[in-house]
Amino acid sequence: MIQLIELTVNGERHDLAIEPRRTLVDVLRHDLGLTGTHVGCEHGICGACTVLVDGAPARACLLFAAQVEGSEIRTVESLAEPDGTLNDLQQCFSEHHGLQCGFCTPGMLMLAEGYLAEEPEATKEEIREVVASNLCRCTGYQTIVEAIDDCASRRRAAFQDQLDRSTA
Amino acid sequence: MAEPPRRTPHLRRDGTWVGASVPRREDPRLLAGRGRFVDDIVLPGMLHAQFVRSTEAHAEIVSVDLSEVRAVPGVVAAYSATDLHLRDVTALLDRPPHEFVPTAMPVLARDRVRYVGEPVAIVVARDPYAVEDGVEAAIVEYAPLQPVVSDTAALAEGAPLVHAEAPRNTLVDVSLFATEGIDTIFDEAHTVVEVHTKTGRQNALPLETRGVVADWDDRDEQLRVQTCSQVPHQVRTVLAQCVGLDEKQVRVTVPDMGGGFGQKCVVGREEIAAAAVALRLRKPVKWIEDRRDALTAAFLAREQRYAVRAAFSAEGEFLALDADVVCDMGAYSCYPFTAGIEPLMASAEMPGVYKLPAYRVRGRAVTTNKAPTAPYRGVSRPQYVMVVERVFEKAARALGIDAVELRRRNVITVFPYKGVNNITYDPGSYLESLDLCEQTLRDEGWFSRRSEENRVIGIGFSCFSERTGYGSGAFAQRRMQVVPGFDISEIRMDLDGTVSVTTGTLSHGQSHETTMAQIVADRLGLPYDRVKIVQGDTDRITYGWGSFASRSITIGGSAVAAASVKLGDQLREIAAHLLEADVDSAELDGAGGVRVGDRSLSFADIADVAYLKAHLLPKGVGPGLSATASFDVGGDGTFSNATHGVVVELDPGTGGVEILRYVCVEDCGVAIHPQVVEGQARGGIAQGIAGALFEQVTYDDAGQPLAPSFMEYKVPTAAEIPDVRIEHLETPCAFTESGAKGAGEGGTIGAPAAVLNAVNDALRHTGVELDDTPVPREAIFRALEKA
Ligand code: FES
Ligand code: FES
Repeated sequence: MIQLIELTVNGERHDLAIEPRRTLVDVLRHDLGLTGTHVGCEHGICGACTVLVDGAPARACLLFAAQVEGSEIRTVESLAEPDGTLNDLQQCFSEHHGLQCGFCTPGMLMLAEGYLAEEPEATKEEIREVVASNLCRCTGYQTIVEAIDDCASRRRAAFQDQLDRSTA
Repeated sequence: MAEPPRRTPHLRRDGTWVGASVPRREDPRLLAGRGRFVDDIVLPGMLHAQFVRSTEAHAEIVSVDLSEVRAVPGVVAAYSATDLHLRDVTALLDRPPHEFVPTAMPVLARDRVRYVGEPVAIVVARDPYAVEDGVEAAIVEYAPLQPVVSDTAALAEGAPLVHAEAPRNTLVDVSLFATEGIDTIFDEAHTVVEVHTKTGRQNALPLETRGVVADWDDRDEQLRVQTCSQVPHQVRTVLAQCVGLDEKQVRVTVPDMGGGFGQKCVVGREEIAAAAVALRLRKPVKWIEDRRDALTAAFLAREQRYAVRAAFSAEGEFLALDADVVCDMGAYSCYPFTAGIEPLMASAEMPGVYKLPAYRVRGRAVTTNKAPTAPYRGVSRPQYVMVVERVFEKAARALGIDAVELRRRNVITVFPYKGVNNITYDPGSYLESLDLCEQTLRDEGWFSRRSEENRVIGIGFSCFSERTGYGSGAFAQRRMQVVPGFDISEIRMDLDGTVSVTTGTLSHGQSHETTMAQIVADRLGLPYDRVKIVQGDTDRITYGWGSFASRSITIGGSAVAAASVKLGDQLREIAAHLLEADVDSAELDGAGGVRVGDRSLSFADIADVAYLKAHLLPKGVGPGLSATASFDVGGDGTFSNATHGVVVELDPGTGGVEILRYVCVEDCGVAIHPQVVEGQARGGIAQGIAGALFEQVTYDDAGQPLAPSFMEYKVPTAAEIPDVRIEHLETPCAFTESGAKGAGEGGTIGAPAAVLNAVNDALRHTGVELDDTPVPREAIFRALEKA
């Protein structure tokens, strides 16, 4: 059986004719060619496939594409500027050496992006708890936590700066 | 597209690239989702492969019926062993029959299956969903045999044989050392301690599972194989032999790789089968291992049993060590290392960092009906270090000497030191790292917290060194039929004065694109982003041995450095001629040019002559700018070393272990990129902790895997892995071009011993001592309940 669905990914609309059993991660990677999102387990544990669904981190291997019609999907490809300039979170990962092989990285980035949007005041301990929902086999996690924490404090500082300037 | 803005690289104050934690050149693409991993590759008309895998641990194959498979919509073809006629993979050691029994690993099981998950047939279909449907339609009839699921069962009298040619299921049985008079030393020693340990079977578990894309290229007349392998040239060699092609008809390339840790440094049967099918159908074929297969049927490691005795004098002098090592290698010998990899490593290196006059060891590899094993980060060293460190803890208790003090009295301090195991150790900082590690924990106040009321806190240490520069001499002592060790590098300068450099090593997370470029940048005096590192392509790279055993920077980096120096000499010679000066007065100016006195030529100026105005070259110098150099480590190689210190707290309510503090004092010689070295240490420590406390591959009595998903196989997360404080010591290596020793495995080697010692320190008041890993929670719980 083939089903017609409409997906919005990184602000772009796509029409797809797919089997209903097709998972979101397969559609992103193989139908839309957005291979930045990775597959590490296909059973919801490793988090390599984490994308944002309406702003919240979700496991793309556990969702059928048909389930998320009408939602806004964001993948790792949406983070950098079109000219390749990395966003602040990506830059923090690089500066802190928060990646080695880079396989878990897209999932970690989307997890952090979604979480910080929700909890900009997050403490380092809270960030560590959230990072614990994804697996990384290379880094020992410390530098990932530090990268996200650093990004959070930079964002807070920038926000404060803006406030100060607007009230000045 | 505009170049993405980059952080400005920071050179070291002395102007060198080596030693500076410059931004990684791998990062921008990996962070933007623009890496290219094997599953990202799509070729026109590509088919998808999966395997029909054995459901039995040990059985005769009565029949394989694939007719229903072929009828499944989308399925294109299905083959069993009899359809494909591939040559078996056989790894060999050059040892007498009583020491080594060769066993063949068929690409697809032929008449017998030897573990659950063994590939029996390969199915290809137009899409990954249809291929799964196809696999489910296979009908394989088995006549079950009694499985052998433990090393003790394998060695038992009358045990069923996993391979008919291997009596007592023993593939390797070597007694490498037996110091004369050792029994007398034991008889007369003041103190003799015994340690019996068993370490759990583990999965190296790269987050990216194994995978391959293969296709036949008519224009190049080549089978192109894009695979995530740590050893592309060895894949080419074996594949060519298995399918009957010339080496030149096979091109193996490696895209970005999501980790390997040893699991991908052997040749896998699935990649050969998928490539053979691509050759036969003349269509691209992709195989991506799913996690279930990766957890049950991929190469595993680590399951070993040790029985050791050690003798000490009253003053705590380490006098003798007698060890019996049994490694459960599973169903097959891996290529190229063979089942000897673990027992030979343990036997050869067990005394480790301690002075020892008398040593006897027997090392065995037994075969069982479990997934086969491969090297995994550290290879046997996590285990034997754990055993020796347990020996020191036990001896310290028996002698009433502080355990750190006992180590201090016995570590090697005068170098080079020739060990009882015939190895000559190059200079290291064994004592200094121990002192600094202990002092760090003392300064942080952990020793006083050990006696805090109502808390069960323990401190543990481990001291170790690891041979990282395995040259071909060291490997030849193993008597492998194929002898790894050297590396060859070619460097080429282009017209604009930038260079491309090949390396036979291969990064799968270790940052070679950056660190190798730093080495070249220093040798030639040009910025590291003007250096391109070429790796993982058998058509572009002379035979190489890939990346394992922490060899990349020590050996590959040295070859890269040597080639750079040669090219630098060429540049100087041409520049001197053009400037009408003596070669000896020409020097690299450190800014991308050659200087003679106060005159200079840029590399681009020189390249312009070398390529576009060859008539201006000095007599006898041919056009072009390139050089090739090889490097091998002479003698016994080089040793990195470290001391790990761990503070743990035990939970009397659950038996759980929490790591409160982790300190690692490491010495890998000159650190090319300190941030990368720390990353390797931290990642390694996480894997070592995983083995000490969490991960284990288990089977039931019938040989059925009990941990087929991440629900059962417990990989530690950020909640379980602590922050690690790292202190660097630097004893430059005298043998390598860069002064670097290897840094890839140390973390994994040191962690299990330190964690286990810390747990035992915390249990001290209970009288219970634990020597197995992963440390059984229930045992801790029971010990604390009784106390
Ligand atoms: S691939 Fe989705 S959680 Fe692992
Ligand atoms: S960087 Fe390799 S898995 Fe996280």
